[in-house]
Amino acid sequence: MIHLTIFSIFAVICVAGAVNLLVQRHPINGALSLVVVMGSLAVEYLLLGAEFLAAVQVIVYAGAIMVLFIFVIMLLNAGVEEQTKGSRVAILLGIPGMLVGSLLLSWVLLEHSGTQAVAAGALPGSPRVIGWLLFHDFLLPFEVTSVLVLIAIMGAVVLAARPEAAQEKRKG
Amino acid sequence: MVPLSYYLILSGVLFACGVTGFLIKRNIITIFMSIELMLNGVNLSFVAFAAQWHALSGQVFVFFVMVVAAAESAVGLAIIIAVYRTRETLNVDKVNLLRL
Amino acid sequence: MNVETFILVSVIKIVLAVIVLLTAVAYTVWLERKVVGHIQNRWGPTRVGPFGLLQPLADGVKFIFKEDLTPPHVYKPLYIAAPMIALTFALSSIAVIPFGNTISIGGIQTPLQITDINIGLLVVLGITSLGVYGVALAGWSSNSKYSLLGGLRASAQMVSYEIALGLSLIGVLIMAGSFSLRDIVNAQSGHFWGFIPRWNIFQGQIVAFFIYLIAAYAETNRVPFDLPEAETELVAGYHTEYSAMKFAMFFMAEYANMITVACLASLLFLGGWHGPLFGPPILQALLPLFWFGLRVFVFLFIYIWVRGTLPRFRYDQLMAFGWKFLLPLAIANLVVTALIVALRA
Repeated sequence: MIHLTIFSIFAVICVAGAVNLLVQRHPINGALSLVVVMGSLAVEYLLLGAEFLAAVQVIVYAGAIMVLFIFVIMLLNAGVEEQTKGSRVAILLGIPGMLVGSLLLSWVLLEHSGTQAVAAGALPGSPRVIGWLLFHDFLLPFEVTSVLVLIAIMGAVVLAARPEAAQEKRKG
Repeated sequence: MVPLSYYLILSGVLFACGVTGFLIKRNIITIFMSIELMLNGVNLSFVAFAAQWHALSGQVFVFFVMVVAAAESAVGLAIIIAVYRTRETLNVDKVNLLRL
Repeated sequence: MNVETFILVSVIKIVLAVIVLLTAVAYTVWLERKVVGHIQNRWGPTRVGPFGLLQPLADGVKFIFKEDLTPPHVYKPLYIAAPMIALTFALSSIAVIPFGNTISIGGIQTPLQITDINIGLLVVLGITSLGVYGVALAGWSSNSKYSLLGGLRASAQMVSYEIALGLSLIGVLIMAGSFSLRDIVNAQSGHFWGFIPRWNIFQGQIVAFFIYLIAAYAETNRVPFDLPEAETELVAGYHTEYSAMKFAMFFMAEYANMITVACLASLLFLGGWHGPLFGPPILQALLPLFWFGLRVFVFLFIYIWVRGTLPRFRYDQLMAFGWKFLLPLAIANLVVTALIVALRA
């Protein structure tokens, strides 16, 4: 009962945040509603027993990636978004289409899934167990993703560097 | 005890909101945020299935999805900054010609 | 313990912890003014009450009565929300910090901690990461160039030093084997050779302690890393356009962050609440609180002492130091600690 209540409250907050992202015209409001979505998803992960993932979601996703988004919005001084002809057509066709699609999906899921209930804290994903998996069964993907992150850092630094700095290096 | 289908419906709704945002928005940063929303929806369904089948590899996969999302947003935002420097606009409908 | 008792006890603990934290914030301000005053060869506040002890009360009354003006050019929703966000996250970390052992009052046994989550350390790191939003949004919503620059610099500094902060704590984690703060403190009980306490700082984490100290000064935007809010550089940085109660909220958030960092350092490096216990049982239940408070006080005193003594870094020196020196040093500390623990086991 408490499980269902907490799930519903945070599910409503998630969906409200996601819809707010679509409705808001200024990107910074959208970014903040996305942070709210990520926070409530962290609570949903806790309900499913994934405690390490909930912490990583808050630290990495809500605390670092979204801060990066907010930095870029502040630096580029993104203003309120304007509507063009293309976007009006997309809104007219897209929103009803998505509504129909998601209603169909929900109906299928409710009717045909084996509605086994998931208990609160069903699968305790403690850091020790996840660490064991990461360093034994998933060692190669772990090392490859660390190289991927290094490449991403180098790429971001090169792409965002000012062009005048490159010209000065060439002159001097 | 919450049925698994409730978690999957929530995940589907988040994914649908992400796709809708990707289609209807014209600001490149908001489009990027809709991509992150889609990734989050998928993460939730991974964790839900991991709980149902008692397979922790679902949670490990979510960890990898988060790392890849971080790398991709860093590079994507750097590209957006580089495009903004030349085109002076963040509206994707205006960046439709190869010449400036 | 049934559900109602649990909820009642938790609510009492939360109220007590928040009251103690807010009083500690007010008196940390008093302590800073006194200590910095004496370092600069002058008295601090002396007039309001004995030794100026009622000065924080006078400051509070002043902040409440000051005119709270909102400049016309700000982005109102975020302008009003940013100090609230900063203060909320600054006050939240107290929820997982343990102050002492389990005490039993009238048959009810309860640990001196609001909640003992088994990922307690990650929760504190997460709340620190979220605290960046208050600063960034305050700088941007004020719609003025000093605020924007100050906010961007402060948030970039906080995000950069968070990494060194987290990495310096992993050495402690490896030695304790658990993320729960209570388990980490319990792993530091006992003595070597009879008299040296088994604190982490004496068990080889001295380098990690200094990395943590420096990263903590940068995280809380204190001297020598306080360029984003220095008056001579950027007017007042991200809180230029704030006045009265909203400014007081930023002020309280900064000192609450300092106290949280000091509590964490006491728990992770200085042995928590362990200390000699003597006397009747009621005294034995309260002495751990005193030892914990003593360590937090020493840490805060060092914070304030450094503030009165050192000049501040320039922004590029600050960022270079964080990325090019502290981060490799923290990684090296982690590798050495892991090697030693693995070879010993």
